[in-house]
Amino acid sequence: MTNPAIASDPDPTESTQSPRSWRDYFRFSTDHKIIGVQYILTTFIFFLIGGLMAMLIRAELVTPELNLVDRPFYNALFTLHGTVMIFLWIIPFNAGLSNYLVPLMIGAREMAFPLLNAISFWLIPPAGVLLIASFLLPNGPAQAGWWSYPPVSLQNPSGQLVWVISLILLGISSIMGAVNFVTTIVWLRAPGMTFFRMPVLVWSVLSAQLLQLVNLPSLTGALILLMFDLAFGTSIFDPAGKGDPILYQHLFWFYSHPAVYIMALPAFGIFAEVLPAFTRNPLFGYRSLAIASLGIALVSIFVWVHHMFASATPDWMRITFAITSMLVAVPTGVKAFGWTATIWRGKLHLDTPMLFAMAGAAMFIFGGITGVMLASNSFDLHVNNTYFVVGHFHYIVFNTITMAIFAAIYFWFPKITGRMYAEGWGKLHFGLTFIGANLTFFPMHPLGLQGMVRRVASYAPEYQGWNVIASLGAFLLGVSTLPFIANMVASFLAGRRAPDNPWEATGLEWTTSSPPPRENFPEIPQVIFPPYNYGNPRAYGEEPLTQSGEGGSNDE
Amino acid sequence: MNNAPQTRPVHQDESPIDLERWRQKLPRWLQRFLPSGGGSHEDHHGKGMFGMTVFLLSESLIFLSLFFAYIVLRLTTSDWLPSGVSGPEASTFVVINTIVLLSSSVVIQLAERSLSRHRLGQFRLLWSITALMGTYFLVGQGIEWSHLDFGLRTGLVGATFYILTGFHGLHVLSGVILQAIMLVRSLIPNNYSNGHFGVSATTLFWHFVDGLWVILFSLLYIW
Repeated sequence: MTNPAIASDPDPTESTQSPRSWRDYFRFSTDHKIIGVQYILTTFIFFLIGGLMAMLIRAELVTPELNLVDRPFYNALFTLHGTVMIFLWIIPFNAGLSNYLVPLMIGAREMAFPLLNAISFWLIPPAGVLLIASFLLPNGPAQAGWWSYPPVSLQNPSGQLVWVISLILLGISSIMGAVNFVTTIVWLRAPGMTFFRMPVLVWSVLSAQLLQLVNLPSLTGALILLMFDLAFGTSIFDPAGKGDPILYQHLFWFYSHPAVYIMALPAFGIFAEVLPAFTRNPLFGYRSLAIASLGIALVSIFVWVHHMFASATPDWMRITFAITSMLVAVPTGVKAFGWTATIWRGKLHLDTPMLFAMAGAAMFIFGGITGVMLASNSFDLHVNNTYFVVGHFHYIVFNTITMAIFAAIYFWFPKITGRMYAEGWGKLHFGLTFIGANLTFFPMHPLGLQGMVRRVASYAPEYQGWNVIASLGAFLLGVSTLPFIANMVASFLAGRRAPDNPWEATGLEWTTSSPPPRENFPEIPQVIFPPYNYGNPRAYGEEPLTQSGEGGSNDE
Repeated sequence: MNNAPQTRPVHQDESPIDLERWRQKLPRWLQRFLPSGGGSHEDHHGKGMFGMTVFLLSESLIFLSLFFAYIVLRLTTSDWLPSGVSGPEASTFVVINTIVLLSSSVVIQLAERSLSRHRLGQFRLLWSITALMGTYFLVGQGIEWSHLDFGLRTGLVGATFYILTGFHGLHVLSGVILQAIMLVRSLIPNNYSNGHFGVSATTLFWHFVDGLWVILFSLLYIW
C-alpha cells in the first residue's frame, strides 16, 4: 500500500524554505497549512458574529415581553445564527483543521489538488459576507429558520434568495474540499501508512467527507428548486401551486441530518488524538473506533425522517426511522466506551486540551442520551419544536463539537505557530466556557419539557426563571472568548518557543518541526509503528528512531 | 488503485504555439492552470482520475435528488398536464438530437484512444467532432425549447421540465467548454509529457453527461 510517487523530489520552484510571515496568511496560497490557518481564522470571525447574534437572542429572552428587537429582526437573528454557526463555523472550521492536519498525519507533502483546495477556501469569505450583508436588504435577511421550510421561506424572497445563493456557494466549496480530502487520504499516504495505521482523526475526516459527497448533493438539489420558486415564480414547493413542501423537508434533511455527523465526526477524531496523549495510554480499541467512524457515517444516511415525525409522516416511516435513529447509538457508543477505557487508569495530565476534550466527551454522552429520547416517536411528538430540541442539539454542536474544536486549537497551537500558549489563560477559558455552556443549554431541557416552543421572541411569564439563567450563561460564553483571543494573539506574538513535540504525542505531525517546513517533511517518513503507540518511547521520539525495518517487531 | 503506472508515454508533436514563454509572464496562480514544459514525476493522472470519479459520483446525486423530486411530484399530482398542454413529446427532432449526443460518446472515446496511441492529428479531428456534436445538441435543445407550448411557470410539468433539461444542458455546455480548452491545450508543445489527465477527465465527464441524458429522456419523454 505504498505510493512511491510522493517520495519523489518536490517541484523545485515550490520548495522555498523561507520562514513564513504573518502576511502569507492573507495571500492566495496553495500550501495546505496556510489554507488551513486561513480557514481557521475566517471561520472564527464567523463564530464571533454568530455568537453575537446568539447573545442578542438571549438578551431578548431575558424578559417574557418583546422589548429589545422587533419580530422580523428576531426571526432573522435566529435564522442567521443557525446558518452561520453550522455552515460558516463548524463545517468550514473542520475543513480547515483537516486541511492542516491530514497531509501531516498521513505523511504527505500537500493535498492532492492544491489549487482546488485554495479555491474551496476562497469561496467561503464571499459566501459568508454575502449572507451577513443581507441584513442591509430592505426586507432584511432570511427569516424562516436555518432549515428554511417552504412555504414560510417563500414569503421573503429577497433575503431568502441571498441565503440560497450563499449556501450553494458554500456547498460547492464543501464538495470540492471533500473530493480533495478523499483523494488525498486514498492516494498520498506515506510508505507504511496503511489504512489501519491512520490516526482516528484521519478516519473521521474520511468518513465525514464521504458523507459530504453522498448527502450534500440532495441539499444542492433542494436549494436549486427553492431558488426557482423564489426567483422565477415556479411552485415546486408551494402548496398554493400544487407543489409539495414535504418534498423539500425530505431533500433538506437527507443532507442536514448527516451534516450533524459531518460536524461531529472530526470532533470524535479530536478526542481520539487528545485523550491518549494526555493519559499516556494507547487508544483503547483503535480498530473498532476507526471502523465505528465509517459505521456512524453509514447509519446516519438512513435516519433523516426523525426530523419529520410531526410532518404528516406515515406510520411505517416513523417506526423505521425511529429504529435506524436509535441504531446510531451503537457505533457512537463504541466511540464513547473507547474514550472512557483510554482514560481508565491512565496517568492524566490536565492541560487545557485535555480539559476541553474530557468535558466535550462527557457532555456528548448527555447530548447523545437526549438524542435517543428524541428518536422515539411518542417523546418526539411531545417535545417537537420546543426548547428541548434546541437544548439537545446545542449539547452536540456547542458542548461537544465546539469544545472539541477548542481542544484541537490548544493541542495543535504549538505545531501551527511554533509557540506555546499560556496554560493559565487556557484553563480560565476552559472554566468560563464549561460553566457558561452548561448554564446556557441545560435550562433549555426543562423549558422544553414544560412546553416552551422554540423561535419565539416572547413567552409566558412562568418560563422566565430558566430563561434568565440561560441568558446569563450565554453572556458568560461571550465573555469566555476574551481570554481565549487574548491568549491566542499574545502567544502567537510572544509565546515561549514550542519544541517539535511538546506533548510527547505519537503521530507523524509531531515528527516534523514546529511550524512544519513548506513541504512538511525533510524527507517522506517511513511509517513503522501502529498509531497511539504510547508506552513505546521510540514512537514519540524519546529514543532515536531507527530506520525502516528495524522497528517491525513493534508493529501490531 | 495505488499501483497505477507512474509515467505516461511521451507524446511528440509539431505544435505551432510556444506557450512556455508567455506562461512565465502570468501571475503564479494562473500559471498553474497551464502545464509547464518540464515534468514532475508524480502520478498526476491516477489521482486526478480518482478525484474526478469521486466528484462525478457526487454530482450524479444532485441529479438523483432532482429525479426524485420529479418522480414524487409526478406521482402525487392529480392533473399533471394542465388543460391545453401536451407536455414534452419525443418527436423525430428530439430523437435525432438524442442520437447525436449519445453517439458523441463513441467519438470521444475514439479520440482519447488515438491520443493514447500518439496520433495527435487524429485526436484533434475526433475531439473537434465531439465538440461539434455537443454544440449541435445544445442548439437543438434551444430550438426545442422555443417551440414548446408550455413555459417554466406552466404548472409543475413546465417547472420540472425546464429545470431538469436546463441543469443537464448546463453540464453539456461545461463539457463543450472543457473540450474547447483541451483542444487549445493540445497545441502546446510537450503538453502530454505528463500524461493527458485533462483529456481523460473530459472524456469521463462526457460519458457521465450522456448517461444522464438517457435517464432524463426516459423520464421526461417516454414516461
